[in-house]
Amino acid sequence: MTLQFNDETFRGDYTYSNSSAAVRRFPFPFDRDSYMYSVNIEPHPGGPEGSPFEHAFDVDEHYVAEMRDRAITLAGDPLRCQSLPHMELAGWDLLELIMVSKARDYPALFSLARDGDRWHWTNRPLGIEQRFTFLDASTLPCGPMEYITRQAQGDFALLDAREGNLWMDAGMITSQADWSLDFDVGMNFFEWHAPVPKARGMGVFDKALKFLNAVTQEQSYRRLNWTMTVNPRLDTSPENYHKWGPEKRTVTPDNVGTKQFLRVELQSFWRLPRSNALAFPIRCYLASLADLCTQPKWGRRLHRVLRDLDPDLAEYKGFALNRAMIVDYLARHDDGAPTSPGIFPDR
Amino acid sequence: MTRPLLKVAAIETLSPLVKRFRFEDPEGAPLPVFSGGAHVTVEMADGDVLRRNSYSLISDPNDGSGYEIAVRREDRGRGGSRYLHEAVAEGDLLAVSPPANLFALDLRARRHVLIAGGIGITPFLSQLRQLDRAGQPWELHYAVRSRAEAAGLALLPESAHVHLHVSEEGSRMDIGAILDGQPLGTHVYACGPEGLIAAVADQAARLGWPAAAVHSEAFAAPPPGEAFEVVLAASGRSVAVGPRQSLLEALEAAGAEIDSSCRGGACGRCETAVTACEGRILHHDHWLSEAERAAQTRIMPCMSRFKGARLELDL
Repeated sequence: MTLQFNDETFRGDYTYSNSSAAVRRFPFPFDRDSYMYSVNIEPHPGGPEGSPFEHAFDVDEHYVAEMRDRAITLAGDPLRCQSLPHMELAGWDLLELIMVSKARDYPALFSLARDGDRWHWTNRPLGIEQRFTFLDASTLPCGPMEYITRQAQGDFALLDAREGNLWMDAGMITSQADWSLDFDVGMNFFEWHAPVPKARGMGVFDKALKFLNAVTQEQSYRRLNWTMTVNPRLDTSPENYHKWGPEKRTVTPDNVGTKQFLRVELQSFWRLPRSNALAFPIRCYLASLADLCTQPKWGRRLHRVLRDLDPDLAEYKGFALNRAMIVDYLARHDDGAPTSPGIFPDR
Repeated sequence: MTRPLLKVAAIETLSPLVKRFRFEDPEGAPLPVFSGGAHVTVEMADGDVLRRNSYSLISDPNDGSGYEIAVRREDRGRGGSRYLHEAVAEGDLLAVSPPANLFALDLRARRHVLIAGGIGITPFLSQLRQLDRAGQPWELHYAVRSRAEAAGLALLPESAHVHLHVSEEGSRMDIGAILDGQPLGTHVYACGPEGLIAAVADQAARLGWPAAAVHSEAFAAPPPGEAFEVVLAASGRSVAVGPRQSLLEALEAAGAEIDSSCRGGACGRCETAVTACEGRILHHDHWLSEAERAAQTRIMPCMSRFKGARLELDL
């Protein structure tokens, strides 16, 4: 398959769009007609051919434009990328994981030649060619985590494993659902999850931490999370809330189908070999309500999920303001027919 | 999970009681690299008993050409180390898990003080290589009864930072003196007998070290004990646990589905709910809290045993 990369923007004129093939492979997060938190974790990579679950790090038609958008965000706010001094080794682990995976899974786009510690990396879509010495940061233009995550879609958090807890000690965070690396850096698992409503009392975080601490090099995992975003904007950060928050007020019954996006995070968990840290990639996918409703199953299901969602969750996910308008729009795409189990669209 | 089979590439006698084993991929493929302090679990088909023991890796964490472990023969143990010493030969194939780490270095430390007792030297052998590669300052103290038993000596680098303490020669290790006066930002790591680990923790606390700067790994092997029976709640089936068998081993032999990793009471993977307990659980793990132990509603089958009339597990 030859990938055509879109020339599109995630800010300003928002020219982002999904091809029909991209819509059909969208990681729709609801496997039933209702939603509540669960530790919905499964092994990764692995999934139907062509799905975003097939490869370790999915590369799609938005790759080049997303990397351009990341560079714009970093130029305006360098603190979106931080690595505490003890996390450099984890950065090398991540660089190795991504380079090896991409060269294996997308040989037409990426290649990696290794002669001992002397590595030669080629990234054709971005026109990058780099020779460097593995584990010698002076041979790269920036730190290893920053270097590789400027070439990989999605946000990346590197979690140090100490004292039975996980610590957010490094990250590249430019496409986040309203949380701040600069605020969270150095926090532990319970601290950075403190704003999530209801879940602590349900014991979700204790179970999740126990699970994450037991992740080994042998097997990686993934889960899907979701929220709602007005306009196809990657950088919905607290730092820039003044830029995107007011856009919630621009939604009308006439434009809600094309202006309101379902934002899905494909989160995965990887034990890194050299540092024993945990890599936590958070890949963001965006699809408008109109795009999703081209798949009748998804239109019906999304309507039922959002109509019946706990009000606290609608508030936390930031769409309480426009909820009625969204549900009204989706109701027109729900004929009441039953939906098939699982997340994939019907044929 | 199916474990890859690795070939025993070399066996070397390090001391009367300790042998080094080197494992390599049979086709020569590189193995995953690891972090200092990591362990692997080795499976041994000993007649009709499937034994699984976890051992610290002693080779260079950055070297995927093979994995090395040092095994002390425990004649009064459950039989895994004896099997490795007596029945395993070069060229044999054994199932070896990928590395996992419950005793990782704290990479924030400005300085690392490593304190080993006896065979507790093993996790430090890989940690030293990681520290040297990263150029981080360290000192190692290795306490042994006699020079003849100091199997780790042959594996340690020639370095002014290695301090040997031989109790037979009167050079006992003074933990207080080692810890006193260390610069701020120093972390201490202890591995060896329970008494050594407790002494390091006590001295560090007495000197006002932050708890987060004190690390330990008890290289606990499941203790043998009296035979007992356990009932599986789902089927009502009774499983006999022999005196030289761990509860986990007996459950696995009976075909029970149970997860595990360290098999030494530290990782928490095999934690199991107790549905009935008339008697006393002999908790030997480092996972459950005091309150959880007292409640007798959870058990770590890799380490713990039972004495009493009836123990029923949620399996």
